[in-house]
Amino acid sequence: MTPRAPFRPLAVFGIPTVIALVTAVGLVAALLDDGVVDAVSWAALSVPVLTTVWCWRKRKR
Amino acid sequence: MTNRTIRIWTVIHKWTSLICTIFMLLLCLTGLPLIFHDEIEALTAEDTLPPMPAETPLKSLDEAVASALATYPGERPLFLSFDVDRPVVNVTTGPGARPPVSQMHISAIDLRTTRILADLNEDGGFMHVMLRLHVDLFAGLPGELFLGFMGFLLLLATLSGVVIYAPFMRKLSFGTVRAGRGRRLKWLDLHNMLGIVTLMWVVVVGLTGVINTLSVPLVAYWRANELAAMIAPYEGKPVPERFTSVDAAVRTAMEAAPGMRPQFVAFPGVRFSSNHHYAVWLKGATPATNRILTPALIDAETGAFTDMRSMPWYMLALRLSQPLHFGDYGGLPMKVLWAVLDLLTIVILGSGLYLWIARRRLVQNRRAQDNHVQDRRLQDHAAGEAAE
Repeated sequence: MTPRAPFRPLAVFGIPTVIALVTAVGLVAALLDDGVVDAVSWAALSVPVLTTVWCWRKRKR
Repeated sequence: MTNRTIRIWTVIHKWTSLICTIFMLLLCLTGLPLIFHDEIEALTAEDTLPPMPAETPLKSLDEAVASALATYPGERPLFLSFDVDRPVVNVTTGPGARPPVSQMHISAIDLRTTRILADLNEDGGFMHVMLRLHVDLFAGLPGELFLGFMGFLLLLATLSGVVIYAPFMRKLSFGTVRAGRGRRLKWLDLHNMLGIVTLMWVVVVGLTGVINTLSVPLVAYWRANELAAMIAPYEGKPVPERFTSVDAAVRTAMEAAPGMRPQFVAFPGVRFSSNHHYAVWLKGATPATNRILTPALIDAETGAFTDMRSMPWYMLALRLSQPLHFGDYGGLPMKVLWAVLDLLTIVILGSGLYLWIARRRLVQNRRAQDNHVQDRRLQDHAAGEAAE
């Protein structure tokens, strides 16, 4: 069996963890107050959506 | 991670996904219009409030209830809920204390005139079908619990998906989509990318969905424990023949909890009250506290204040699971984001299904090829023997 590339948790899960935390902030923020905090939620919940768009645009053809 | 561990997690991912995918697709599709149910229902709204002078005095809640009962003679009041931004109460009546939802009648009543603005009864329209398919597949509590179990499988599938994401991504940078090397590889990369990017949203919406399916047993548990403790002195007493004023009961409750506002009143005997009390469910007045409900119990025979206790943790979890599942707490932009994330989830489910089919085909082709080679060898062998 060929030796596998070493597993580097930060390289694999670093960005996903940041996205997950930002999403969590977005989900909780709008619960706490109305007004400005809603905008924080919108910005935070846009992160996973915009990341998807970014990944698709830089796909390797 | 050893190869064996990876194989085990792959099997978990495969089977939990396969079982729940078809139901999750249904939930994602029916959930899409439900996200916008306020907006859709506003299009067909029939209960616009007629203009009247701003200082028009309000009638009492008892008069509102009488108005609803006059429309549905022979029924008894079950719930009374308050609209947030207009002088309207919604009175639910039914033939008994705990009739099935299909036998309940809900009247939206203008508190200035006690005229019924509209009935909010189930109408079997498009949104109603979407709701039932989404909540219980038209199968009542068993349907609800079944979908809850499917949601649990989704959470397992998500967890196992994250575990096997690691070996997939060992040599790839985040978000890689190899779109030029075959359909299967492209969809595999998209499945992995979408899955990991939407992870938190899927987990929160999935988990709160599961909690919502437990609403009936959780409320029953609360009634049998917390509520039973609050009304211990009244144990065994029947539902009173006549109820005291509901208006006075609400006022008594509000005096006992300054700064809180009533959300709804549960009449004696219903699921959210005791047999002997009005339960006035009060909410906090600030955005952060208005989702937290506290029931105040008012003796429905004497009008006296009996008890008030904050909700236990599981009832708070149930309460908070509603907005976090519906996405209705941050205006229209949040609903749009909710819908986009819902559509992305559909892509994850669809691509997962496709990958399973494509992989099976791949394995079958390989096996067929192997068999073919083996057949050839056998034939050659047989031919060789025959020649000797």
